[in-house]
Amino acid sequence: MTNQLFRQMAQCIIDGDSEVSAELAQQAVVQGIDPLEAISQGFVVGVNQVGEAFAKGDAFLPELVMAGEAMKSAVAVLEPELARRGTERTMLGKVILCTVEGDIHEIGKTLVGTMLSSAGFKVFDLGVDVPVMKVVEKAREVNADIVAMSALLTTTMVHQKDVIEALEDIGIRSKVKVMVGGAPVTKEWVKQIGADGYSEDAIGAIKVAKQLLSQ
Amino acid sequence: MLIPKLQLLDDDLVKQIISEAIAILKSPGIRIHNQEALELLAAANCKVDFNAQVAYIPETVIRQALETAPHEFTLFDLNGNPAVHYYGDKIHFDPGSGGLTIIDSQTERPRLPKTDDYIKFTKLVETLPQIDAQSTAFVCSDVVPEIGDLYRLYLALNYMNKPIITGAFRKDTWWTMKEMLSIVAGGEDAFANKPTAIFDVCPSPPLLWSDFTCQNLIDCAHYLIPAQLISMPLAGATAPVTLAGAVIQHAAESLSGVVISQLAKAGTPIVWGGSPAIFDMREGSTPMGAVETWMISCAYVQIGKALGLPTHAYMGMSDSKIIDTQCGLESMGSNFVAALSGANIISGCGMMDLESCLSYEKLVIDAEMIGMVKRFLKGIIVRDDPIALNLMQKSGHKGDFLTLAHTRRWFREEQYMPSDVIDRASFDGWVARGEKTTFQRARDRVEKLIPTYQPNKITDDQRRELREVTLRVANKFGMESLPDLPHEM
Repeated sequence: MTNQLFRQMAQCIIDGDSEVSAELAQQAVVQGIDPLEAISQGFVVGVNQVGEAFAKGDAFLPELVMAGEAMKSAVAVLEPELARRGTERTMLGKVILCTVEGDIHEIGKTLVGTMLSSAGFKVFDLGVDVPVMKVVEKAREVNADIVAMSALLTTTMVHQKDVIEALEDIGIRSKVKVMVGGAPVTKEWVKQIGADGYSEDAIGAIKVAKQLLSQ
Repeated sequence: MLIPKLQLLDDDLVKQIISEAIAILKSPGIRIHNQEALELLAAANCKVDFNAQVAYIPETVIRQALETAPHEFTLFDLNGNPAVHYYGDKIHFDPGSGGLTIIDSQTERPRLPKTDDYIKFTKLVETLPQIDAQSTAFVCSDVVPEIGDLYRLYLALNYMNKPIITGAFRKDTWWTMKEMLSIVAGGEDAFANKPTAIFDVCPSPPLLWSDFTCQNLIDCAHYLIPAQLISMPLAGATAPVTLAGAVIQHAAESLSGVVISQLAKAGTPIVWGGSPAIFDMREGSTPMGAVETWMISCAYVQIGKALGLPTHAYMGMSDSKIIDTQCGLESMGSNFVAALSGANIISGCGMMDLESCLSYEKLVIDAEMIGMVKRFLKGIIVRDDPIALNLMQKSGHKGDFLTLAHTRRWFREEQYMPSDVIDRASFDGWVARGEKTTFQRARDRVEKLIPTYQPNKITDDQRRELREVTLRVANKFGMESLPDLPHEM
């Protein structure tokens, strides 16, 4: 019975169906199923399958994103129950995510957020055109492990450097890893501004984030 | 909805080309070095000069043949499923055929192909969904030349499931090839009911049917085996230099083929095909990548359609010797105009170097072109009504289309998803994957695809029979044994 529910949970993630995933999460709560099990044996199985299919070239971005969205909507339903039980989903790390000041390009940044959160990171997505100080203050407030910044324009990518300097100014640079992304960003740029990592694409961002935190 | 379509001839020109072609068959007539065909034509009240081996075909006989020739027919795969529908503007693709060399994947230069190459090529065609049929692609250098044609079919039948475009090089080998096809189909009638093969028959320009190819045409007709007319005017050398003139010669030769086939057996499937080219006035070669070559082909396809016949074209090829820019640009241009002309089957993918060389790597690159071309021909499709109004009212300012069910529902149908032969990564992504050229990516893909090949379903007994039939002919030409086939099929 429970196994069948877990299979349905995996399937709704594969189908990218946020409504069904919320319903199934609710069912798990009603049936008294441990929400951590519902996540690890149900929903995450689906996320992993979509991720593997994407890596093989059999799945594409819409499927990946919608799997992430379906995962989010399931976790949102399960979170109050997790809190009630005094348990927490094993969280890989806290990530502050934004597109830098002066830049309103959102797709890549949001994609990275979806990927990181479905992989098990807690993502604080501050949106686009985010002022430098807002980023570093949020990082201090939540005790972030990673600050991840996107920029699509060569004119705005300089603000990635400003954020790194601001992190130093308030004395938390050594506590956080900095990831940068966006079309104009290259390995050379990462080195030049003293960031810690970057990824070519949203899927790769998961690997980079995991590596940075295991150092 | 508008389906993209290309026509090079207006109605008056179509009429004039057909009427001049008909007039040519009356005078100077068609040369036929085959007794049976001359007798068939004489019996149908054509004037025949048996000494000069020339037949003069009146319009009434031509019109009668066009009445009985089928407008459509289907080739089936070995499982009995319809695979190539010769009909209307439907398009299909198969590799170029009759090659003499293959590009070595390591040296990137041509070499003589052997049995192992043939098997690998056949398997590769099976794994490419963009390609609809097999062809007897090249001749193997490890068997005696006399069995070159039927040995190709022997190998193909062991490994193929898709139908095959083939052809015989002699009168007698045709019979062996027919026997092979019957073995696999489970009898002559079974083969005629669901044909898995079509035979190319090629008149010689200008206006000549050689003995063996004409006999192949007649023998196919007797057994209702589909035949494909491959007229090959060489504009400026063996045909008029004007493109319209070459199309007229093509039409005359092809009409004579339709007449011979229908006189042998009314109603037998016959395809209006060809492999024309312009004559290159500097090199003296026959460029398949020339824009005028494409134009002759597109124009004769239009004539075939005007006559109500299924059509074929040898297109999508390049004259380049290596997989380079010329190779890509010629193949893409040619594939596009062939498909836009609605040729029912387009033979040529994987082929280069003036119709003489095949390449595994070019085949997988061409498969991507074909994927794109087939997508183009599906046109702009209206999926919802209103098309976008509701969607934009709900989501237009958010830009979150990637997360919408609408995107998930349609993206795979709206977009052709290329394999990693086509590079769309960022520059750094391309660097991270090894800075590979198109050729290197294609070579990787070939090696990735081959292990996914699924064997066909013919029985061990059928395989044994095929081998016996082939060996019998090989023995006759002094070859005592055939190369071993790998155990895994």
